Order: sequence, then C-alpha cells, then structure tokens
Amino acid sequence: MVAIASREIRDGDLVFVGMRLPILAYAVARSTHAPNARGLFEVGLMRDSAASAYLGTMGDPPNVTGALWATRMSNVMALMAQGLVDLGFIGGAEVDRFGNLNTSYVGDPTSPSVKLPGSGGGADIAILSQRWVTLMSHEKRRLVDRVSFVTSPGHGDGSPGWRRRNGLLGGGPAAIITTLCVFRFPPEGGEAYLDSVHPGHSLEEVQKETGWAITGARDARVTPEPTPAELTEIRKRSA
Amino acid sequence: MPMAEAIERFVPDGATVAMSCALEPLIPFAAGHEIIRKGRRDLELVGPISDALFDQLIGAGCVRRVTAAWVGNVSEGLGHCYRRAAEQGIPRHIEIHDHTNFSIALALWAAAWNAPYIPTRTLLGSDILKTNPGLVRDGDVVRVHAVRPDVAIVHVQRCDAQGHAHAWGPMGIVEEAGLAANRVIISCEELVETDVMLKHPNRILYPETKVVAVVHEPGGSHPSPVQGYRERDHDFYRDYAEASRTREGFEAWLKRWVLDVPDRASYLTRFG
Repeated sequence: MVAIASREIRDGDLVFVGMRLPILAYAVARSTHAPNARGLFEVGLMRDSAASAYLGTMGDPPNVTGALWATRMSNVMALMAQGLVDLGFIGGAEVDRFGNLNTSYVGDPTSPSVKLPGSGGGADIAILSQRWVTLMSHEKRRLVDRVSFVTSPGHGDGSPGWRRRNGLLGGGPAAIITTLCVFRFPPEGGEAYLDSVHPGHSLEEVQKETGWAITGARDARVTPEPTPAELTEIRKRSA
Repeated sequence: MPMAEAIERFVPDGATVAMSCALEPLIPFAAGHEIIRKGRRDLELVGPISDALFDQLIGAGCVRRVTAAWVGNVSEGLGHCYRRAAEQGIPRHIEIHDHTNFSIALALWAAAWNAPYIPTRTLLGSDILKTNPGLVRDGDVVRVHAVRPDVAIVHVQRCDAQGHAHAWGPMGIVEEAGLAANRVIISCEELVETDVMLKHPNRILYPETKVVAVVHEPGGSHPSPVQGYRERDHDFYRDYAEASRTREGFEAWLKRWVLDVPDRASYLTRFG
C-alpha cells in the first residue's frame, strides 16, 4: 500500500502530505524515484526530506527541524489555491464509487449515529490540489455506494465534468488505494474502476468487501510487487 | 498574572474562545484546564485541528458550540467526549459549525480585516456548506463569513510582561486568531525583558494593545510540543484516549489531571 502510494509521487512534485502512511510514502518516494519531491504540511511547513524521528503529528519538532519553510497555514493553503500543489493525500472513514469522502457524520448530521472528527484540511485538498489519492483499509463499511455526507468532494454525482461545472479547481481523485486493490478514475471523472488487485488477493474478495458493483474487473492487472529498494526504505522507517 | 486571574477576568461564561491555533504544537492546555476548574459554561470554541483540548472542554460541559475544522485526538483518532456530546447529548447538547482548515483561517482573517466575509473557491461541492450558516455559496465562490473571538488564548516560547510575544515553528492560524480577537491571553515558556523582544520587532505576534494578560506558565502546553523546548508526549495522548472511551473513565481522568490539581506547577510535579 505504501509502495503503491509512493509511486503516485512524481519527481519534482509538490505534495500535500497527510499523516501516517502518506508520510511514509513520501519518505519512500524521496529515497527512490522522486528525490526532488517537496512535501507541504497544513500546520505550516515545507520540507524536502523525511523527518529523522517518529512523528505522532505533522507538527512534532522532528518534522520542523530541517524544514525549508515554517509559516502560517493560510500561506500553504494559498499555494494550493493557486494550483501549485501537484498531489495531495487525504484519509477518510468512508469513500464512495465516485471518490467522495466522508469524515464528518455517519447518519443524519443533526442527530448522527457517529460523529467523526471533521474535514481538517481534507476538503481543501480535495477541491484545490491538482490530483489526490486516498488510502483506505478495504472494508465494506468503508467502501460504500454513496456516502451520506460529502466532506471532501471527489467526482460528485459521477456525471462527466461534474467538478468543472461546479467550479472545483483541481482534477480530483486519481486513485483509491486500499489494502486489497487500486481503483482509478476516468480522466473526465465518473465512477471508480478496478485497476489492479494486490498479489495474494482475489477479485471475489475485492467484490465481497466493496459496497458497489465493481467495473473494470476484466482488465484489472495484478498490482506490481514492491521493489527491493522500496521494501528496504519501508522497513527502515517502520521499525 | 497568574492563570487563574487571567481566566477569571477575561473568559466569562458564554465567551467565544479561540485556542489550539497552531494545530498540534503550542496548545494552551494549562489555560483550558483552568477554564474547566472555574466551571465556565456555554463557551463557543474556535480552532482549526484541535488535538484533545477541545474534547476535554466538551467532556467537562463547558461548551455550547464548536466552530472548528477537526476535533479529536490526532495520534489516536476519534474524540470520545466529542462523540458522546454530538451523538447522545452527554454531558450536554453541542452545536457544531463545521469548517475546513482553510475556511476557519479565512473566517478569522475576515474578522481581523473587519470584512464581512472573504470569497474563496474551497468548499465548493462539500456538504459542509449545509451544516454551517456562516459558509454561503454565491455563484462560483463561497463566502466565508467573519468569525470574531472574544478572546484568543495562545501559548508561545517567550514573551515580555507587556505582551510582546515570539513564537516559532509552524504557525497554523495563530496570527489571524489573535488579530481577529477582541483580546489576547498569552501563556509563555519564558518571561523575558522587553529589550530582548524589541530586538526582533518583525517577529512580534500582536500589537501590545490587544494583549490583556501575560501568564508565565512553563510547561503550559504539555502534552503538546514546543519547538526548541519540549517534545510531544505521545503516551499521554494515548492514555487520555483510553481513559476517555467511557464517561466514567473520562470523569476519573478529569479529576486526576484537572479538578484535583490547583495549578500547572502542581500538575507538572505529578510526573516526578
């Protein structure tokens, strides 16, 4: 999952990094194929290297030491609003087949069955970054047909050009990377299609754990294994 | 000024209070705990990502409304007190005005500039627009209406007695929160002479005329980190997440770490 996420980062990209797995993915990309990728953190940081110690949050001192820029949050958000952020990572509790994310409410917002923590910067990344990726544990309760609350919009109602018609600046979700597979989206938006299934997992397993009828299954590949260099980096940083 | 006096004088019941403005670092926990000890009620909390402090104030029954982008425990996940309040009204019902990190910053900049609102392209297509009356779609932009705190409470590395404050590390929405607020309370790791602060006037956060209280409170942000002074205490956040899973567990935690502790200096002695 981390190796696949790291391959989404291109050399020279300015990446809006989240917490946990995306931080690891950024570190792997930096050490392998994207030595010139820079990371932005909404707390108000820019870096061109991975932090040297464990991070509980993006604002921890090891992530500040060696930063290229420590500033206010609205300055890094402003770069994204100008279209200068190539890739963002967003976490979520639920994603749907059009790539919309819910991190706010399960059930009626006025009387929710679960109150989730909220957007943070997720909705900003979803609307303003050039493209974004979400990483998710593959469970039927998380991959749903339609989310009940759109915190961070993906491709909306799935009609082609939905984002452009509604004034959203960036291109939207490029991939949903799960513990079982990778979904991608057509260039004009729309519904997620199955791109690859991870080694050791089956199409049946993916369908069973997904809340919508999967398309693209016939052309799906096997996800390429992590390379030895990627594995070395992941192990070095997960110890 | 002692923290107890600052909170007594400048954070009345019903106040709109901005805190946790640097996101995960520099969180004014000592001030928050004093608000709980004073039994303040009906507060509106304003912030971006709040790491555990808002959850504690909500659990203690101090809060009427939350105007924020995220409330929880950043390294541990969900905020259990926030969930109980939003889902079951325990210990009381709270009103939630959702924001994103960018939109809460813009709402505070609008208040700082005394503009009624700032137009932005963020939030287009998000259902957050349906839950917050201060975020209004107008054609191809969203109007983010001003949010003006009565008081912003900010923890910094150093300050002088007149309120000239320096903070460093990532700044989140610290600057706009203080400029938007009617009043600012500063708590600081080090209280230093004015001539030290005035050597770097560009780095002073706020005009001294906004700052109504300076509290010398070393360790006042524990368990959150202070760049150059203190690492984040991850274990403390984990233990809080475990304890607050149940209402009874939260109450025991609150008694041990807040209600039975007279002030921050005593709190810090509990770590031996």
